[in-house]
Amino acid sequence: MPMDWIWGLIGGALIGTGGAVYLLGNGRIMGASGIIGGLVDGSGRNTAVERIVFLAGVVLLPVLLTPVYRSVDTHLTENALVLVAAGLLVGLGTRLANGCTSGHGVCGMSRLSLRGFVATLSYILAGGLAVVLFRHVLGAI
Amino acid sequence: MRLLIALLAGSLFGAGLFISGMTDTAKVQGWLDIFGNWDPTLAFVMGGAMIPMALAWLVRARRATALTGGPLPPPPSRRIDRPLILGSVLFGIGWGLAGLCPGPAIASLSYGGAGHWLFLAAMLTGMAVAPQLRSRLDRAVAAE
Repeated sequence: MPMDWIWGLIGGALIGTGGAVYLLGNGRIMGASGIIGGLVDGSGRNTAVERIVFLAGVVLLPVLLTPVYRSVDTHLTENALVLVAAGLLVGLGTRLANGCTSGHGVCGMSRLSLRGFVATLSYILAGGLAVVLFRHVLGAI
Repeated sequence: MRLLIALLAGSLFGAGLFISGMTDTAKVQGWLDIFGNWDPTLAFVMGGAMIPMALAWLVRARRATALTGGPLPPPPSRRIDRPLILGSVLFGIGWGLAGLCPGPAIASLSYGGAGHWLFLAAMLTGMAVAPQLRSRLDRAVAAE
């Protein structure tokens, strides 16, 4: 769709505003993998309620927006093997690296963090190679 | 107050992910697929997110505490280590395979269908085993 970049810009500004609110309001860096991961491995036990409330907002807003939105097809693969492998890699990798697209990408690069730039470059390159390999060479996705 | 701020931040994040199209795996894979039908949307999302966030870091530099009174994050570490690179590469491969990262995986749960729950279950499993793998990596580095 030709207007996609405008929606990208507007949605991006909302994402960044969310990060700004979380940073200045609660003193926290908005990283999705850190917020979820702290609940999974127990490292975020002291802030569990705050994490759950944040995640409730993330789940809830799309629920409210779906009736008025143009398309809600996520185009997710139905291949269970791909889903499980991808999920494991995303979960493991983001915890090892201490961040994902929101933490290292949005919050890290916007403060000119060296770790943020290195992480973002690494996952974009790896993701690009994965798509080329699994889509164009192997035809698996 | 802390909880209200968390809810507001999470809601803005969820709305932004949805409106920007980042919960659509075709858009994410389209961005990564430079040899296919390349889709630049993700770059606009990143750029749009960077502006309010960069302003927030400027405000942070002038403040001693957060609005709710707690500490603000310290300056970023400059340490580039093995877990950072290895973890980011593993994450990138998974991101490319399915087109989902942790934020959008949560934001699309309510309307995405069964596959999203399967991905989430696998992601949580990966997150649960990560601490053990990290301590092994640390030991391997220490042994060198």
